Parts: sequence; C-alpha cells; structure tokens
Amino acid sequence: MDALQTLENVLQSLVAGLLIGSMYGLMCVGLTIIFGVMRVINFAQGEFMMLGMYFTYFCFAWLGAEVYFDGLWFPFVLAVLAGPAVFLLGLILHKALINAVTGRRASRLEAQGHYAQLVLTLGIALVLQNGGLFLFGSNPVSVSNELSYSAWEWGPMVGDRVSVFVNQAQTISAIIALVVVLGFGLIMVKTRLGKSLRAAADNPDAATYMGIDVDRAHRIAFGFGIGITAIGGGLLASNVSFQPYIGTEYVIIMYAGVVLGGLGSIRGAFLGGLSIGILQQVSAIVLPNQLQGTVIFVCFLAVILFRPQGFFGRRDRTA
Amino acid sequence: MNAFGNLSGVKRDFLHIGIFGLVYLVLALVVSNSYYQLIMTIVPIWAVMGLSWNLLSGYSGLISFGHAAFFGLGAYLVALCSVVWDLNPWITIVLATLAGAGAGLLVGIPTFRLRGHYFALAMLAYPLALLYVFEWLGYQEVALPMHREAPLTYMQFENPVYYIVIALVLLMLALGITSVLSHSRFGMSLLAIKLDEDAAEAAGINSLYWKLAAITISGAIAGAAGGFYAVVLLVVTPLAVFGMLVSAQALIFAMFGGVGTLWGPVLGAFILVPLSEILYARYAADFPGIQGVIYGVAIIAVILFAPEGVLWKLRAMRKPGTFRMLGSTASKADFGVSEELLVVPPMHDGKPVLEVAGLAKAFGGLQATSDLSFSVREGELLGIIGPNGAGKTTLFNLLNGFLRPDSGDIVFHGQSLQRQRPNRRCAAGMARTFQVPKPFTHLSVLDNVVIGAYVHTRSKVEASRHASAAIHLVGLHDHLDLPAANLTNKELRLMELARALASKPTLILVDEILAGLDPQAMQDMLVVLRRVRRLGITIIIIEHSMQAMVQLVNRFIVLDHGALLAEGSPDSIVRNPAVIEAYLGRQWRQEEAGDE
Repeated sequence: MDALQTLENVLQSLVAGLLIGSMYGLMCVGLTIIFGVMRVINFAQGEFMMLGMYFTYFCFAWLGAEVYFDGLWFPFVLAVLAGPAVFLLGLILHKALINAVTGRRASRLEAQGHYAQLVLTLGIALVLQNGGLFLFGSNPVSVSNELSYSAWEWGPMVGDRVSVFVNQAQTISAIIALVVVLGFGLIMVKTRLGKSLRAAADNPDAATYMGIDVDRAHRIAFGFGIGITAIGGGLLASNVSFQPYIGTEYVIIMYAGVVLGGLGSIRGAFLGGLSIGILQQVSAIVLPNQLQGTVIFVCFLAVILFRPQGFFGRRDRTA
Repeated sequence: MNAFGNLSGVKRDFLHIGIFGLVYLVLALVVSNSYYQLIMTIVPIWAVMGLSWNLLSGYSGLISFGHAAFFGLGAYLVALCSVVWDLNPWITIVLATLAGAGAGLLVGIPTFRLRGHYFALAMLAYPLALLYVFEWLGYQEVALPMHREAPLTYMQFENPVYYIVIALVLLMLALGITSVLSHSRFGMSLLAIKLDEDAAEAAGINSLYWKLAAITISGAIAGAAGGFYAVVLLVVTPLAVFGMLVSAQALIFAMFGGVGTLWGPVLGAFILVPLSEILYARYAADFPGIQGVIYGVAIIAVILFAPEGVLWKLRAMRKPGTFRMLGSTASKADFGVSEELLVVPPMHDGKPVLEVAGLAKAFGGLQATSDLSFSVREGELLGIIGPNGAGKTTLFNLLNGFLRPDSGDIVFHGQSLQRQRPNRRCAAGMARTFQVPKPFTHLSVLDNVVIGAYVHTRSKVEASRHASAAIHLVGLHDHLDLPAANLTNKELRLMELARALASKPTLILVDEILAGLDPQAMQDMLVVLRRVRRLGITIIIIEHSMQAMVQLVNRFIVLDHGALLAEGSPDSIVRNPAVIEAYLGRQWRQEEAGDE
C-alpha cells in the first residue's frame, strides 16, 4: 500500500513537474535569448513575466465582463497576446534605456558594461515591481476558470490502486509553451531575421561590417526575450496566484534553468526549465514546502560552481 | 615600513572622517524629532552596507548581489542570541562581525572560481536560499526581548541620540578601514585584478588571496551593520534582512555615489535613504512601493547620466577633461634610480634556467603543442618563431601558468612548476609581457609598474624604488604620472616590459613586443632588450620579424603545428630547408639568394 502510494505521488509529481516545467522552460528561453544575443544578464526578467501575468489578468477581467468572452480557451489566447504587447514594450525600453549600456557601446564601459547592465536592469526591476504595487495592488490574484480545477484521470493502473491526475489548464499551457518555443526556434533557424540575430550574437562587430544593424537586432532580441517570458507568465497565471513581487522568486527559477541548460542555448534553456519544474515538484514529496525554493537555489549554485557551462548547451566562451 | 603605504593619503582621509563625524554628531544633538532621529540612525547603517559592498565589488569589479546574506546572518545572530541566551548586543555585534567574516570566506572559496556574470548570479542565490531556510526554521519574526532595566548593557536607550552615536561610530570605523585598505597593497592589488585579472596574476598578484581578503572584510562589515540594524529595529524578519532589496540597496548606494571611492557609498546613502524615507512617510498610503521606485529611478538615472557615480561626475565637472585615474600607493619621493637593483646575480651552476619536457596541450581536436622539449641556458636570448597558429603564445601560456598542460613538465631553476598558479611563477622569477598589451588602463605608468614590484616586497618604498629603476631602464621616466590609457603602442610595450622587470625576474617571456612598431621604434626596442639582457636576465622572445630577430637572439626554436621543427643558431635556422618551407617561404630564399 505504502509503496503504491509513493509510486502514485512520484508519478503525479513527475507529470505536474513536466507540465509546469514546460512553462518554466518557455520563460527560460526568453531569458536566454537576451543573454545569447546581447550578452546581458537581465535582472528584470521576472518583472516582465509579472507584466505578462497582469496583462492576462486584466484583459480577462475587463474583456471577459464587458464583451462577454467566456470561452474556456480565452485566458490562453490572452496569455499568447501578452507576448506581442510586452514585445512592443521591450522595443521601447531597449531604445530608451538598455541600448545606452549594451551592444558595441558596452565595450567602452568599465568591465564591458557588466556593472551598468546589471544595475540598469535591477533598476527597471525595482521600478516595475513597486510601480506594479501602485497600479495593480498588493492582493494576490489569479486567472482561473474551470480548466484550472479540472483534470484528466490517467489510470487507474496497477490493479486500480494508482491514478494520476493531469491538470487540464496546465496541459494546455504546456502545449502552448512547446509550440511557442518550437515556433521561435524555427524563426531563429529559418528566417533572415533569425540569421541576423545569430550573427549579431556571434560577433557584433563583424555583423556590423556585413550590413546588419546590430542595435536593431538587439532591440528585437530584447523584445522577443521579454515577450516570450511574458507568454510564460500569462500561461502560469492560470495556475498560480500572484502579486507584483512575484518576479524575484521566478527570476531565480529562470536563471537556474538557463544556467542548467548552458547560458545562451535555447534548447538548453527549455530543457533546463523543464528540469527545474520536475525537481521542484518531486522535491515537494520529501521536503517541506518552504524548502522548495532552497532546493532550487542549492541546485542552481551547484551547477554554476561545478558545471558553469551547463548540461544541455554548448560551452560558453565567457565561462 | 608596513603594508599600509601612503600615510599622507590615509591621514587626510582620517581628518575628513573626523570632521564628518563631528558635524554629524552636532546635527544629531540639534535634531529632536524622533522620526528624523531614526532616519539619522538608519542612514549610517546603510552607508556602512554601501561601504561593505564597495570594498568587495567596487575595488575588485566582481559584482555581488548577495550582501544580504552577511547582513541577514548578522541580524539574526544578534536577535537569536538575545532571545535564546539573553546575550547583550555589545557581545553579539562582535559575534555578528565574525559571522559575517566567516560567511564571506565560506562563500568566497567556492564562488571566486567564477568571474563576471556567473559570479553575480551565484551571489544572488546565497541570501535567497538563506531566506527560505530561516522561514522554514520558524523564524518568521524574531523580536528582541525588552530590557528597560539595563539600557546601557542591552543598547535599549531612552534617548535616541545614543543610537545615532553608535551608528556613526560604525560608519567611521568602516570609513577608516576602507581608507587604510585602499591606500595599501590591498587596494592596488584589487584594482589590478579589476582592470585585468590575467595581467595581475602574471605580475605576481595572488588574485584568489586578495579577493578572499576582500570578501572576508566586506562580510564582516556587513555582518556588523546587520547586527546593529536588528538592535535598532528590535524585530527581524527574513524578508527584511535577507531580501533582494537589502543587497540591492548596498549596491545602489555605492553605485549612485561612486564606485571604488571612499565617500561614494556614504554620499549615496545620505541622499537616497532620507529621500525615500521622507517620501514614503508622506505618500505611502497612496503609493505603496514608492521607495523601490525611487531607488530604481535613481540608479537608472545614474547609469544613464553618470555611469560611475555622482562623485566621479562631480570631479569630472570640476576638472573637465581629466581622465579618471585611480588611487596610488606609490610615491615619487621614494625614488632612487639604480639599475643595480634589477641585476640578476649569475648562478654559474651550469644548470639550465628552464627545461621543458614533453609538453603537450590540446584544445578539443586541435593539438596546440605536442611533445615539446627544449631547455634554456642562463643568460641566453632564445627566439621562438613559427607561422601563425604554430602554438607560440600557447607555449607562453603553458609556461607562465595560464594554461595547464595535458602532459609534460616544466622545470624552472631545478623546480617543477606543475600546478603552480601564474602569480607563484612570477614570484619564482618568471615574468612575461603580452602579445596584445594588458595595461591597467586607469592606473598611472608608475602604479602599473609598482604592481609588479610588490611581488618581492611588502614595503612601498622598496617597491617604488624597484619600479622607478625599471621605468628608467626602459626609458619611460618622463611618463610616470600618465594614465596607461594615454600611452602609444610602443610605450605600452615598454611599460609592460618595465612591469615584468620590476618583479625582479630571472627569466622574461616576451611575446611579440615588436609587433606594429615602425623601424625606428623597433631599433629602440632592441636596444632596450639588450639592456635587459645585460642585467643577466634570460629572455625568451616570440617574434615575427626575422630581420630584427637575427640581430638579437643567440638561438632559435622553430615551431610548426605545435611541434619542434628546428633548433639552432640564427645562421643555421635561416638556411634550414624545413624552416624555409614551413615558415619563411620561398620569397625569403630568393631574397637571400639575391643578397649573396
């Protein structure tokens, strides 16, 4: 009986981890694009995820009531729409702020502009977080509908004793996450835009000589990066409750995933995020709730100290 | 003389610190509003945090997002000791200081394996992991027990001025420590590491040692600040002491005021803390989070308009056109120009200075050097030539310890150098210059060279003397005070040579020192190299210009695809058919033929 119970718990955690991990993976991909192309550690990534969540939340609340969209699919559509909205914000922010300390300008700054970039994005994070407190209030909210509470039952297996429940909202979110990641991967590999982004990432100077507008490439990469993470946030909004400070918690999850996968690698980031999701859910079986965060940090530290190039990506030159 | 260098600079700082303390004390006595008194207590605490951050990150360039770890440990230590054992804060703040130092050392040992982005990210994780641990342990809110009966023992004064005085004393201590350290070898070494860690290692600076010293002292200061913070606020919560905002504030105050300066973090805290506190008090009801927005906007503005902080900006405005140059430990008063200082007494033991046996190094599939063996005699000037990609610079990196060989051994003066870090090799007498010069751009020529001279001496006077002798030898004595960033290519190369010489080497590895020089400059350089050799220093030189090399060296080693192609006198090498084929090319042969 006990063994079967354990089996059920483990299977349940694995499934939940896989689904939530897909959303983490999507958010990690957003973060890693920014690092991969711009070599910038974006501290405010968690806040853009938060914006994606609130975008979904407010559109859901307003449009749902005013125009009466009550389709069960509606929050998921909004989550995807958070992408373009935050993408536009990204273009503006890059032009107004980020561009001053990144790209080819950075080489003139102390420590290749690392100071300036980290601190600038930290400033943006603080403004968004605390501005969010003013605009959105501090009460936790969530975007939930019936799907958030519905599950498909998988089983019963092993003589009717073991059943795994697969949450429907999480499943849809995970599928959307996967589609977005694959779609973005195709853009990077197949299109001219993707090529120019990769060229700008590889060697900004050489790319400039080849007629690529590196500033523009960076701007687009920044927009893509935070837009994709915002979609992840929008999807997650159907599964967790949130407040404006949620970003800090998740930025670590994102960095853990990205570092696990190897900084700058898209495939690695997705797999890394997936692993973090699974680790988080499975660790919940044996550890008290409060220590789940610690598990992720310890895992993150272990990876960064002993295998800074990650597990899934190519070796990064800055390692 | 001791390691604490320039007393005049420290004395001047101490005078300023004293004046500052007096003014603040008078102000504290004048103010009677208890809210302002609280702010006047909090501000110095945050200034101390800014100084703590600055001591590590401002001087070493490694950005810490984790200073909340030390602050929080200090705060919890004071709070818990007070609850559990009823210990008084006078004792526990000292313990908190020690705990901060210990935590700094513990964090530093593994984390200094990382550089740049990775270091910053790793530091972020420590306080946040601790935050969850303390929540899990059930310390969501620890209140210090009241001890109205013994206010002095338990630091629970009726009169808030006493708190301000203690905060001020802490701040003055932190300022004093920063001043003394920044004027010593400590500050110079950390600056060198910040500007170019590889060059610093090659110049004999044990970068791990100095970084560990910095994080230990920095952690101690942050621990003390956290401990006193707990005493002032009487309640400790994980978020308030381990939270992201604590680390962020430490960084923001230092960045805002001026990175790597004594007064910058103080300035930052004294402007931003009162501003945010007062606005918070006024508008918190309508605009919660206004503090965070102010901090955020403040650092965004600083990054965009004064990226190195307000203090540097003010200095630049006062003296327009001045280059940002960092502090100095050297003083010209200590000059005695004497080449004898640099002379290497001959050993005459007949043993080779350097023996390389079976050295191999591969990068992935590329065999950069393979089974390379040669030896260098005392006083020899050995030239290494070979086509691009032959493994010449890799060989130097293996010799001076930037790279670890896959196999083989390097024996220097009869001692194997296996696993010795570059700074140890420099101390053992092996110095080098770089193919692409690695100057410490924000330091003067003199300071650049003094850094090399600290390898063998702790005394500033002696270091300055060695440095000046080296600078004279290479002929840069007219440029002592010039920032290295303003030097020409030739001067940079001479300065690197001087930096190498100042470490009193017996062997110098010279990497393409003639590259990019015009014929006249090349001749000047050859004169300097011969002068260096007359000191008894053995030289290995990588060079492409065959013309120059033939004039200079005793013996050649020719590398091709990482292997030894030929070895011999200049005469034999230029006539060796294999060398001509691999490196010199047919043209050389034709020119030779034409000459004859």
